[in-house]
Amino acid sequence: MEPLLELKDLCISYKIYEGRMKVIDKVTLTVLPGEKIGIVGESGCGKTTTMKSILRILPPNGRVDSGQAFFKGKDLLKISDTDMQRIRGNGISMIFQDPTAALDPVFTVGDQLIAVIRYGSKVPINRREARTRAIAALKEAQMPDPERIMSNYPVQLSGGMRQRVCIAMALATEPELLIADEPTTSLDVTIQDQVLRLLHSLVERRKTSVIFITHNLGVVRVIADKVNVMYAGTIVESGHTQEIFTNPLHPYTVDLLAAMPRLSGGGLEERVPGRIPDYLNPPLGCRFQPRCTKAQLRCSLEKPKLVEAKPGHFVACFLEAGNE
Amino acid sequence: MNDKMPILKISNLKKYFRTNAGIVKAVDGVSFIMEQGETLGLVGESGSGKSTIAYAVAGIYAPTSGQIFFQSFDISRPATKRSLSIKRSIQIVFQDPGTSLNPRRTIEQILMLPLNVHRIGSPKERRDLVYELLQKVQLPRDYANKAPGMLGGGERQMVAIARALATQPQLIILDEPTSALDVIIQAKIIKMLLTFQRELGLSYLFITHDLSLMRNVATRVAIMYLGKICELAPALEFFQRPLHPYTQMLLSSIPVVSKEEESLKPKKIQSRGEIPSPVNVPPGCSFHSRCPEAKEICKQIDPPMIELPGGHFVRCHLFS
Repeated sequence: MEPLLELKDLCISYKIYEGRMKVIDKVTLTVLPGEKIGIVGESGCGKTTTMKSILRILPPNGRVDSGQAFFKGKDLLKISDTDMQRIRGNGISMIFQDPTAALDPVFTVGDQLIAVIRYGSKVPINRREARTRAIAALKEAQMPDPERIMSNYPVQLSGGMRQRVCIAMALATEPELLIADEPTTSLDVTIQDQVLRLLHSLVERRKTSVIFITHNLGVVRVIADKVNVMYAGTIVESGHTQEIFTNPLHPYTVDLLAAMPRLSGGGLEERVPGRIPDYLNPPLGCRFQPRCTKAQLRCSLEKPKLVEAKPGHFVACFLEAGNE
Repeated sequence: MNDKMPILKISNLKKYFRTNAGIVKAVDGVSFIMEQGETLGLVGESGSGKSTIAYAVAGIYAPTSGQIFFQSFDISRPATKRSLSIKRSIQIVFQDPGTSLNPRRTIEQILMLPLNVHRIGSPKERRDLVYELLQKVQLPRDYANKAPGMLGGGERQMVAIARALATQPQLIILDEPTSALDVIIQAKIIKMLLTFQRELGLSYLFITHDLSLMRNVATRVAIMYLGKICELAPALEFFQRPLHPYTQMLLSSIPVVSKEEESLKPKKIQSRGEIPSPVNVPPGCSFHSRCPEAKEICKQIDPPMIELPGGHFVRCHLFS
């Protein structure tokens, strides 16, 4: 199957006063049509930066240094601004972490939804038609009383409701790829459960491809078919969700899972010393090497590539895969 | 039975706030007892009133009514009206170390302040005490001259913990101390807190929304919903036999990482509805609007707290 999105050796850096932070280091990622991909990693590992670079919404001090991002065969990093603008919302939509900041406080939910629907529509439609579609989108997002919600301002809604509006908005233009950046992090656990179930059923029905970014391993297990584990700007392990959780190979993934407190008791194991490396002077070899308990000399000199250790299970570690 | 005096006793605590929208009953008749050396996990979603209880115990708020006893002392008043020795015995660690540490002070000044206020050690000894505190939380000595902004989130939280330990307290209120941190740092901080508890005989009032964490930390767990406790039980009992429908809803909503945990989640109950506004608390049992087992009586009469065998308390008509 032709991939919908393909990132190849993406490198991104940020310019700050002290120099250039080499944040993203050769990220490679493939999303097939209809696939739900999870990217999981700690804060500051570059999950959001990677996604922003695809939509070309990096902050002014950020820059893609090398690599390609193909969306349906076109390199998103090369196409014109007008072409890019057509893809945003229409081909690729994004849901952000904080629904309060994502919605404009001075326009009603209805105004914002209608604007997005009219803008994203392939054929010109009038306001009334867009309004009907907006109400349908809210209904589909299981909003009670969508007519009333249309005339509400975002502040009049709860956090969970606001995120439902954002989901309705992101999916109203029928995008082929949905990027969800920690969409449930700011929500309470019972609301998170509802929103995750909603998102799951909506994308299943439309066969939308999803990239789901989160720091919560439990959430990614619920939503994703495949998981990419990210550490300090590199993808260290990737494979089918079940496989990653039952059979993690990379020392970082193993340690991350061991640190999770378990509902059945246990977990909270403290194995990883230190903190994420300094992006101004990242380690020469494997970026996890300074914190890795199994590191060898080779790890500090050479960067391991993502290699297929088992069918469909990729890992970037000299110990787990020959890595020539 | 245990004739040791409880370290903390809260009876019928109420804290109301007057807002433009009406009176918010943030805490509405909460009672519990904490024994010396235990960790009581106070769990609830945002707006449940768990932090308000923490702040009332710490003396940041004066209660609207009800009593708080620390050992034999009545501390139902703000910290400004408490004796210095009580203030020394109760410390608090806040959720966000980015805002709970003064960005313009060095770590040394931050840790020195409680020592100065409570006259711990002679002025000459205090600098060494600061180094001791840093060592205790496994931070290097030269951090004394750094500002909080130069530290990572986890390290800042360790400074906040060191500041709480500085006065040699008996009770520490931990208000979501790790919810802003990554799991790897969380594991480190929790391990450290448990070690201090063992070594110093500390009691923790642990406020959190993370039940998986409580399974590993708490000796007893209390679940709060809209200003009231709906279930309170010893940790093991609590996770093996969750009784209240809200507790079951919470447990079934947790995204877990293994099949073993999956099997512990109550299957029957799925999350639905949202927490009502605390200004307009539903009559009767405040949970009835979301409860899958709600009956007619639940809409009219607020259930009383019932004690079941094994120190298991539950506030639900299903059990009365």
